Amino acid sequence: MMAGTDAGTARLISKNGITALLEALIGEWEVLAPVQLREELAFEPITHASQAVLDFSNTTRPSKNAIFPPCEVLFRYDGQEVHEPAFGRERVVFAMRPCDARSFLLLDNVFSGPPSQDPYYAWRREHTYLVGLACNHPSSTCFCSAVGGGPFDMRGLDVFLTDLGEAYLAEPVNARGAAFLERWAGADSGWYQEADPSAFQRKQELARQAERKLQIGAVLANPLVPSQTQERLESQYEHQLWEALGQKCLGCGACTYLCPTCHCFDILDEADDGSGRRLRLWDCCQFPLFTLHTSGHNPRPSGKERIRQRIMHKFRYFVANYGEIACVGCGRCVRSCPVNIDLRYVLSDLLSDQGQAEMTMNTGQCG
Amino acid sequence: MRMETVAEVETKLRELAGVLLAEGKVDVVIGYERGTLPLRTTPCFIREAEAAGKLVWDATCEHNLARYLRSQRGRVAIVAKGCDARAITVLLSERQLARDQLFIIGVACQGVVDRRKVQAYLADRELQQATLAGAQVVFGGEGWQESLPLKELLWDGCLTCRQHTPLLYDALIGEPLAGDSEGALEEYADVAALEAMTADERWAHFSSELSRCLRCYACRQACPLCYCPECFVDQTQPAWCGKTDETTDLITFHIVRALHSAGRCADCGACSRACPVGIDLRSLNRKLIKDIKQWYGYEAGLDPDALAPLATFRPDDPQEFIE
Repeated sequence: MMAGTDAGTARLISKNGITALLEALIGEWEVLAPVQLREELAFEPITHASQAVLDFSNTTRPSKNAIFPPCEVLFRYDGQEVHEPAFGRERVVFAMRPCDARSFLLLDNVFSGPPSQDPYYAWRREHTYLVGLACNHPSSTCFCSAVGGGPFDMRGLDVFLTDLGEAYLAEPVNARGAAFLERWAGADSGWYQEADPSAFQRKQELARQAERKLQIGAVLANPLVPSQTQERLESQYEHQLWEALGQKCLGCGACTYLCPTCHCFDILDEADDGSGRRLRLWDCCQFPLFTLHTSGHNPRPSGKERIRQRIMHKFRYFVANYGEIACVGCGRCVRSCPVNIDLRYVLSDLLSDQGQAEMTMNTGQCG
Repeated sequence: MRMETVAEVETKLRELAGVLLAEGKVDVVIGYERGTLPLRTTPCFIREAEAAGKLVWDATCEHNLARYLRSQRGRVAIVAKGCDARAITVLLSERQLARDQLFIIGVACQGVVDRRKVQAYLADRELQQATLAGAQVVFGGEGWQESLPLKELLWDGCLTCRQHTPLLYDALIGEPLAGDSEGALEEYADVAALEAMTADERWAHFSSELSRCLRCYACRQACPLCYCPECFVDQTQPAWCGKTDETTDLITFHIVRALHSAGRCADCGACSRACPVGIDLRSLNRKLIKDIKQWYGYEAGLDPDALAPLATFRPDDPQEFIE
């Protein structure tokens, strides 16, 4: 996309300019940016521009937390009185990766699709501006381009930043983004500079490099086609892989809690006599409690059924429901699995034409 | 006498596993195979002698495989480092395993790699491949290669470990390592640092660490000794622990878990290595381990016949704390 699109005008913002822009934003809005929490990076509200880490591979925790928090109070009550939570200021998620932006579009299907509108999610979505940061150096565990995304994919974002070294190319992706840039990086802001064609050339070169890096040694060499993936998985329900994975899987929630598209939740009432609160908490399909019936029966009694559910949900059921794969290829589950269950290899085994005959390393079954 | 190389140990391990399976002595061998990422192995379950060649042994064998034992049926062989064997000993003394169904392949261990030390060393650079070459780890990324002594990348617990060579085994692969009685570091130096803090400082330390918890329970799931059929955090009647991500609830989970493993924890560090956000879980356990040793002269997993101090009552126990 070149300068001067319908959405507005792209501009160059120097590195110092970004700091000034952030400082200006912090004064008025809630700014969520990648922050170093000991050894992890997570999107947290910042009070000073220097807290934002803008040079990173990807954040440990996904941006999802900004629109779908791990724990939120739906309402409190005291006797007959019910208090709904007050929403705060306008917000901006700053420097999120394109993979995380895609996850927001996928989550929209669930939380603000035609069948149901979630008011808590909808408020955050509407009042949260999304400023993306192009992924110049995808990690070797990344596979966004295999699941319909890309390191320079602008979809879902309002503003798209590309780190050109000395400055950022800031492109409005939609009218919201154009308005955002007009307000926070307008001609009178002091950090406005019109982007010349060379900036776009530089960006395109960076995009090509990033795409190339994703191709080198890619485990999933061919992009997954949602309908074909769904169809293929329909015949893999009894694949011997599930048993093998279930045997190895610890049954923890590291993969789901760091996943930008996992969205299962539980509703919990905390009551104390006449007062209390109702909470929405992330839940996790890898826990036995997730499907435990009141009777004591558990339809997913072991790791085999649980890990199958997680993968089937993302690559089969979600496709059936919404036409898209619920994975953005961020690789967080690959990196965080304590026992190195690698989704890329699991998929390549499940989708391979050899079917049951061929299983690669890491799927747990030997002999 | 010349020390056996890691590769020689690995060869012997494969041979033994192959023989155990071929002769029908065991139904499965639980060990490690090469993982998909640099410096990673992954647990494997080998049922055919022909597949024993997949087994690997080196300083990346970080998991405590003992956590898989209780769910296995039939006769099981397991690859066990010194700390893993201690955990097995605790499981045996808690009557969780049948000794005659278990074949412990002990491996003398010189310590395992701490992935977080590697990451800290690499900073922003991405590791694309790594090989262990004797006492050196050779790292490589896009257009760079360098090496570092393995000992600088070892898990902290390995530096204070006194049981590199398993105390309990059916076969020992590799020669017992010298220096088992003394670790590389003073045994409780880390605890001394914790004890030197004021109560407020300690509270601040644990609050800030544990407030980052995701509640993914990787620590609990990786722990060979966390085997309650239903964890107290999952119980709802009564609800012992809140379900939120508020610090009070997070701390409650971790403190109760630590106390539940007091006098049982073999200090293998599996909990901390499993944590996807790198929370320092081990220091909670370390203080308890030191206290148990100091007060009861007991260390978990050294002697299968020793009575666990917190699960034992003696009429002549001193009870000054009541008076």
